[in-house]
This record gives sequence, C-alpha cells and structure tokens, in this order.
Amino acid sequence: MHSSIGQVVIYVIPAMVLAWFGWLAWRDRRDPANAGRQGFVARNGWPVAGFLVIAVGFWTIFMIVLPLFSMIDLSFRPKLPPPQWGGPKDFYTLDNYRYFLFGSTTSTAAWNVTHLTAFALTILTSIAITALDFVICYPIAYYMAKVARPNRLRLMMLMLIAPYWVNEILRAFAFRILFSSQGIINNVLMASGLIDQPVDFLAADVALYAGLAYAYLLMMMFALYNALDTLDGNLIEAARDLGAPWWHIHAFIAIPHAKPGIASGSTLVFMLTAGSLAAPLVLGGPRSLWFTPIVYDRFYQAFNWQQGAAYALILLVACVVFVLGVLRLFKLGLAEIAR
Amino acid sequence: MTSAVALDHVSIRFGSFTAVDDASLDIAPGEFFSFLGPSGCGKTTLLRTISGFVEPSEGVVRIDGKDMRGIGSNQRPTALIFQNLALFPMMSVAENIVYGLRVRGMGKSERMKVADRLLDLIALPGQGNKRIDELSGGQKQRVAIARALAVEPKVLLLDEPLSALDLKLRQHMRSELKEIQRRVGITFIYITHDQGEALTMSDRIAVMDRGVIQQIGDGRTLYNHPRTAFVASFVGETNILAGKVATAEGELAEVATAHGPLSGANARKLMSGSDAMLFIRPESLRLTAPGAGAIRGTIVGSAFEGHVTHVSLVAADGSKLTVSVNGEAARLVPEPGAEVGLVYRPEEAIILPSEGYAHA
Amino acid sequence: MSSRSVFSALMGVYILVFFAYLFGPLVVMGLTAFNTPAYPQVYPFEAFTLDWFATLFADADMMYGLRKSVLIGVLVVLVSVPVGLAGAMMMTQVHARARSFYYLVVVSPVLTPGVIIGISTVVFWRQTTQMTGLKFFYDGTVLTVLAQSSFISAYTMLIFLARLQRFDHTLEEAALDLGASRAQVFRNILIPFMMPAIGSASAIAFLSSFENYNTTTFAILADKTLVTVLAGRLRQGTTPALSALAVTIVAVTVCGAILYEYLKRREAREADRRALNASRAELADLNAVAQDAA
Ligand SMILES: Nc1ncnc2c1ncn2[C@@H]1O[C@H](COP(=O)(O)OP(=O)(O)OP(=O)(O)O)[C@@H](O)[C@H]1O
Ligand SMILES: [Mg+2]
Repeated sequence: MHSSIGQVVIYVIPAMVLAWFGWLAWRDRRDPANAGRQGFVARNGWPVAGFLVIAVGFWTIFMIVLPLFSMIDLSFRPKLPPPQWGGPKDFYTLDNYRYFLFGSTTSTAAWNVTHLTAFALTILTSIAITALDFVICYPIAYYMAKVARPNRLRLMMLMLIAPYWVNEILRAFAFRILFSSQGIINNVLMASGLIDQPVDFLAADVALYAGLAYAYLLMMMFALYNALDTLDGNLIEAARDLGAPWWHIHAFIAIPHAKPGIASGSTLVFMLTAGSLAAPLVLGGPRSLWFTPIVYDRFYQAFNWQQGAAYALILLVACVVFVLGVLRLFKLGLAEIAR
Repeated sequence: MTSAVALDHVSIRFGSFTAVDDASLDIAPGEFFSFLGPSGCGKTTLLRTISGFVEPSEGVVRIDGKDMRGIGSNQRPTALIFQNLALFPMMSVAENIVYGLRVRGMGKSERMKVADRLLDLIALPGQGNKRIDELSGGQKQRVAIARALAVEPKVLLLDEPLSALDLKLRQHMRSELKEIQRRVGITFIYITHDQGEALTMSDRIAVMDRGVIQQIGDGRTLYNHPRTAFVASFVGETNILAGKVATAEGELAEVATAHGPLSGANARKLMSGSDAMLFIRPESLRLTAPGAGAIRGTIVGSAFEGHVTHVSLVAADGSKLTVSVNGEAARLVPEPGAEVGLVYRPEEAIILPSEGYAHA
Repeated sequence: MSSRSVFSALMGVYILVFFAYLFGPLVVMGLTAFNTPAYPQVYPFEAFTLDWFATLFADADMMYGLRKSVLIGVLVVLVSVPVGLAGAMMMTQVHARARSFYYLVVVSPVLTPGVIIGISTVVFWRQTTQMTGLKFFYDGTVLTVLAQSSFISAYTMLIFLARLQRFDHTLEEAALDLGASRAQVFRNILIPFMMPAIGSASAIAFLSSFENYNTTTFAILADKTLVTVLAGRLRQGTTPALSALAVTIVAVTVCGAILYEYLKRREAREADRRALNASRAELADLNAVAQDAA
C-alpha cells in the first residue's frame, strides 16, 4: 500500500470527527424540544465563538491529533532519503517493527536481544517503581490527609513541593553526586572503613533506580492525598470504635476509598518513569538499559526517523495498555483519574 | 394606552415539562405588578422570558407594544434584579452601578456623576469605592437596585429580591422599594412567594400555580373573590371543606360535606353533583352554643395576637378549623375541650370547583 | 506505652526519613556549589568559594540557553493560557454525547510520555513544512513552543476547569441584561473572574516549559535551551558549576514563592477586613431598623 493513502487517511479521520460534531449540533438545533435554546454562536457571541473554535481546533487537530497520526504513519514507512518521500518506493512496511523484534529488517533468525530486554526491563522496572512510590507515599499522604493539623499540613505541603522546583535533570544530577565513585556515599563508606574500594553504584543501576523513584514521587503523593482527603473521618472513628485493627482500616476503608487517587497516581508515575529520558541519561551507567535513550538514538545517532517513530509508538502503546489495565483493575473511567 | 408588558398566550416548555402554560396578561405603565406563587411554579421562568433569557415555546411577549421575538436580553428595555442579586464581585460598588452605562459607551467622568447620584438615591453616599463583599445584605440589595435603575429601564423586574434578608429588614425594605418605585415612576414586576409582600406592595397580583396563572387582580379582589380553589387557599388563611354540590339555586348553593349540608356563594355557578370546595375565612366564622350553628367542633387551643385571637378547633370528622375572634369577644372563648357550634353568613363562604386543586 | 503512641512515634521517624530522602540529595548538591574541588563533592569540604557561580555566568552557551528558555517559556504561556481557557470553556458546550471523547483527546497529552509528544510534533511539522514549503516554521523554537504547549495547555485547561466550576453564570446574565454584548461579558466578567487562575496557570505553564527536557530535546532541533545545554554538559562530566546553577534556580524560585505567599497573605488579610466591614454594616442596618420601629 502506497504511503499517499495514509496521508489521505490522516486528514480524513479528523475531518470526519469534526463532521460528526457538526452533525450532532445541527441535529440538536432542529430538535423541536430545544426550540428555545441558543446555538453555540448566539451563546458566546461571534468573537468569542471564533476564538473558541480556532483555539480548540488548532490545539486538538494540529497539536495533538495530527502529530500523533503522522508519527504512526511514519513508523510504517521505509527509511528513505527525504527527497524520495512520497515517491515510488514509499510503500507501507513492517520493517521498523521487524527490526525491533529481530534486529534486522530482513531476517527473522535471531531476536533483537538488546532492545527487547531494554524494553521489558523498562516496563517492569517502571511498574516496580510505581509500586514502590505508592508504598513510600501512602503513609505520608494518609498522615497529611487524616492526622496532621492544618499548620503542620501547610508546612508539609510546602516541603513536598519545594524539591520539585529544581528541574528534573538537576535532581538526577544530585543523585549522581551522591552515588558517584567519588561521591559522598562512597567517601563516607570508605572513611568509615566499611569498604576499601569505591562501589560503582552507577554501573549497578542503583543510582538510576533511586533517582527514578525520587523523580515522580510528588505525583503519587498528591494523587493519594487528594483522594484520602475526601475520606470521611467519622468512618475511621466508627471502625476504630468497633475494634477494627489498624490494618483493617487501611485495607478495607482507606485504600478502597483512595482507588481513583491510586489509579491516577500510578498512571502518571508509570508514564513519567517509562518515558523519562533525563534520569537514564544522567544516572545510567555505560551498560544501563533503558528504552527512551534507545528511541533517542534512533533519531539522532542512527538518523532513522521511521524506526524511531516505530519505537516511540511501541512505548506509547505500552503506556496505553498500562492505563487501560489500571482502569480495568480499579473499575474506573478515564475522567475519574485525569484530574 | 399601550401596556408596558403584555403576554399573549405564552407557554414555555423544557423538553416535555411545561413550566408556564398559556399565560396572557397586560401590565400598565407605572404599575407595581406581582407574581405570587409557591416555589417551582414558574415565576422565575416567566420573568426570564420577559427579560429575554428564555424564548417562549409559544406565544408573544410585547414590551411597550413591541414584539420581542428575536430581541436579545441585552437589547430589551428591561432590567432584572436576580434572585441572588448577581453583583459583580470583581468590581467596586460604583463600577457595578454604572456597568450598564459603561457598555453603552458613556464616558468615565459622566458615569461617575451618575454613580454618585444613584448612591445618594439608595442612601449609600460616598461608598462607591467599596467592594461588594464589604456590604451588608441590605446594602447589596440596594446596589442591585441602583445598578438596574442606572440604565433607565422601562420595566424593572425583581426576582424575590428580599428573600435573602433578615425578617425585620425585609419589612423595612418593602416600604423602601415602594418609595423608590414612586420616585422613578417606572413599571415594577415583582416576584415573590410571600403573600404579605405581594399584598402590601402591589397594585395588582397574578397568582400562579404549577405554571398556570390562576387569577389576576388587586389584593382585595383576590382575598374576597378568589376564582379558583388554589387562590382561595393560598391567599390568606381559610377553612376548607370538601364535598359535592347538592343544590344550586341563584347566587347560593349547598354543598354536602362531612359536616352535613353547608351553603355558600356559588361564585362559579357550579351545577349540582359537581365536586366542590367550600372556603370560609376564619373571621367569617363565629362561635355559638353547641348544637346551634351549621358546624360542630371541639376547641383545642387558642393563640392571642392582640387585636385578634385565633381559636383552633377539631370537627367531628377530625378535620381542623380556625376561627378568629376580635377584641373583647376573645374573653368569652370557652376553654379547650369545650364543644361549640359555628355559624357564618352563607354569602361570606365561597364555593369553588375542586378540580386542579392538589395542595392541602 | 499504648500502641497508638508507638504508631505516632514510628510515623514521626518515617516522616523524618522521608524528608531526608527528599532534601538530602539537593542539600548535598547545593553544598558542592560552594566547595573548591573541581569535582562536585561535600566531603571533605576543602574551602568555601563562589567561583563556580562566576564560571556559570561566564558560560556563553548556558546564558544563550537561558535566554532561549525564557523566550520559549513566555511564548508557551502566550499559547497555552488562551488555548487552555478555550479548551475549558468548550468542555461544557461540546455536545453531551461527544463530551467524553473530547475529554479523552484533550487530556491525552497529560498521559502521553513527553518524548513521544516531542517526536510526533517534529515528525508532523517536518512533513507538513516540506509539503507546503513553509520552511520558516520548521524551527527549533517554534516546534518546541508547539510541542510543549500541546500538553501544557492540558494542564492550564484543568486549572481553568476547576475555576470555571465556581463561576456563577447569573453574573453573565446580569451583564447581558444591562446591555453588554457577548464579547463585553467575556472581557469584563469572565476574564476578571478567571484572573487568579490565569495567574497560576501562567506560572505553571512557564515553569513546566522552563524545566522541560523530554519534549524539548526532540523539538528544539539544532537549537538549545538551558536544560538541553545542561543535559549536554552532564553527559560530558560533572562540575560544581552545575550545582551552582541548581542553587541559583532554587534561590530564584524560593524568592518567587515567598513573594507569592506574601501576596496571598495580603489578599487574605484584605478579605478578612472586608468580611469584618460587611458584618459591621449588617449590624448597623439591624440597629437602624430597630430604632425606626421604636
Ligand atoms: N432551564 C430549565 N430546564 C428545565 N427545567 C427548568 C429550567 N428552568 C426551570 N425549570 C423548571 O421549571 C419549573 C419552574 O421553575 P422556576 O425557577 O420558574 O420556579 P420559581 O417559581 O421561580 O420557583 P422558586 O420560588 O423556587 O424560585 C421548575 O420545576 C424548574 O425545575
Ligand atoms: Mg425563582
């Protein structure tokens, strides 16, 4: 199938969605039940209506949907020099995905072990880090939401946000200073005589995992806090009066209540961790495996944009699957977690 | 003379729900006209139709003789005072008052003059720079009135403007509102579910129930000559006795009730056999010896209110009745537990059809 | 000792450990900015110096990146604040049956990894500019603004949605009733009401843009921002000048936060004063009525 078909499809789909919106509005106007209601333009006035349509239209179409579609489109196209794009050789192909699986666009003899393990490791580690962040944050979030007095709460909030004013790269850099072979941890360990050779935390990925767990804690914290904050304190009191043990209160009252918060926190942390580029670049050792730097290299080392697009899409699909999985697991809708 | 506001068979429907059903009326220029009815009867909806926020599903609204179809609320010569006042919190008091002039393009210095004049009118001189949230409820109320008056509307629409106020202030504001209307001389259309407000301030009142205008008239007419069972029961205190018309001849008719046959004025010329309700005002009933009079009852209590005493009774069938006794006669009211008879003049009782009456 | 107090003691320890984890790395990094060795270290602390700050400000690439970051940040604010506002205002007006679909589309950038937003933006605009010949559009700054705004607009939209929920639509009607046009209602009523949200959305938009790396590194093409310069430096090796940069950023944001807190407190005091005035006026009214009656 030639790539020009894809170009048509890319533009036809948004146009069809817009037509659907327009049709719904048109049918509404004709519905006699709505006779007295005002239409979109009458309700907003044409200057504001124009602003709304242009701003939202440009945003959704040119900044969200079309870029995504063209990335998907590109990922199915062969690597060609730009002058040949759309030319006679530009047919859709699965080459880029085949490369991800087998390390070659032609042979399927051997698995692409490096990329596949990097991908699997990234996903599994991200899940583990998401779980770890939940475990770290839950007691603090519960304390803030249900125990702390207002003054203490304000202070804790401020202290939670403060570290996140420092940008992501510098936060990673801070971990590098801590964990490097001449870093403070090694220095202290050696001075105390526990070790006599510096431990290479970077190569062992200790620094990377610590840094990643640190990087997006705040998202989990606030998601949990917001959910727990709406939990009725009387419920906890009542359970306690009835003699429920402490773990019972958390397992059967607090955590079920915080489900939407857990879901939204997990989704965000997973997405940010799996997609993080800064921490692996700064904290990864020479043999560290993380998927995003590989994607980056497809673009700016291998200059193979088609393949890069395919890799990016694989990552995106993994994130979508994770989000859907979480929604299914917690039996929630998207609107409940995206807050 | 063209009427200030005319409704011509106006119906308003939201989906399948009819909020206002076939309303027709004429309001004269300079009139203080009220809509009175219980919560949810469609008063606000009707007012929003006059001010242009709701298009009628059927019928025509005319203001000053002009058909208002297709004319937006910002083009109509009306000003609405909202139930929650809707003062702009981001503007000062003076800016609120002259907002309507600002959007009409009046210059700033001129606007400030108008603001000062109106601040004097509402007795808030020199307070133009305050913020809205610095004002008391009564002051906010007056700012809302000034803001509406600033645009010199032909008709001022007021949606329960006093409901948020303290009881005492409310009574005080009644006379203030009336005074403002006398001074500016424009038509006021006033909405309330408080009959005291409606009766004291209005030239005429439209009583509404479940979207239907039941009756239009001045307070006295509504009180003395209600045309529907709803009006009879909603305006003023009354005793209600349900039954069937037994005999109808001339002005009077007899209704077979649980207390036996009782006669009253047959205001709607009901035929014998139709379901009817007999309404007797507490002041039309007089106590008499047990056995005498048309109705028997047992006294259960009395409430002394100075010039009048309200006596409550229970009839033989368990229904409750109220009798008001004036001045000295109150001393003669027997103790609770005593059996008494009740008499009334048949022409002071009113027989009305019970159809469409659902309120107890 | 009761089990309750054991728990609260444990909790206290946990909170301390947690905040140590949160601040420890940053404190260590901050200290290295003031220590003389060329490799960032706190232990042993050899001598206090401010030289690393001088090195930092003399770094031409960094300063170029800083200017670029500020420029991009400002442009992102200018794009994402109006777009987010439009997106929020559209939310209630989209047909009920299409609303969840619309919601999915506009919040999807929040749930999409930043690298993918950067990649897809570059891919799309490279193709489009090649097809249409709008070459000037294929520029690092423009693409970065577009790519960052795609998800930052979703942030601002969420902020505006929260504020819009508290908007009293009778204010709009009151203005219309007084003769305002729709555009005047928007300008005089809605925008002033949204002002606090516009302020915080602008701050968040600027900060998110300024510190963004994942999206920017793709969209910036051959150009550079402060953060991409920083990332490049870190790949070459670490120097205390980078710690000095962190210290500077923290100092600036802390000043900003203090200013913000100060303004907020002042506003709160003002509101208290007005509420007090209101209750005084209420009392005066009641007294006046009581005297009238007497
Ligand atoms: N936009 C609307 N859509 C659907 N139903 C509506 C709408 N506006 C009003 N209604 C319904 O119309 C009826 C009349 O409402 P309206 O606000 O006019 O009552 P009201 O007499 O002003 O009552 P209140 O004294 O409580 O203010 C109510 O049952 C209300 O639920
Ligand atoms: Mg109402």
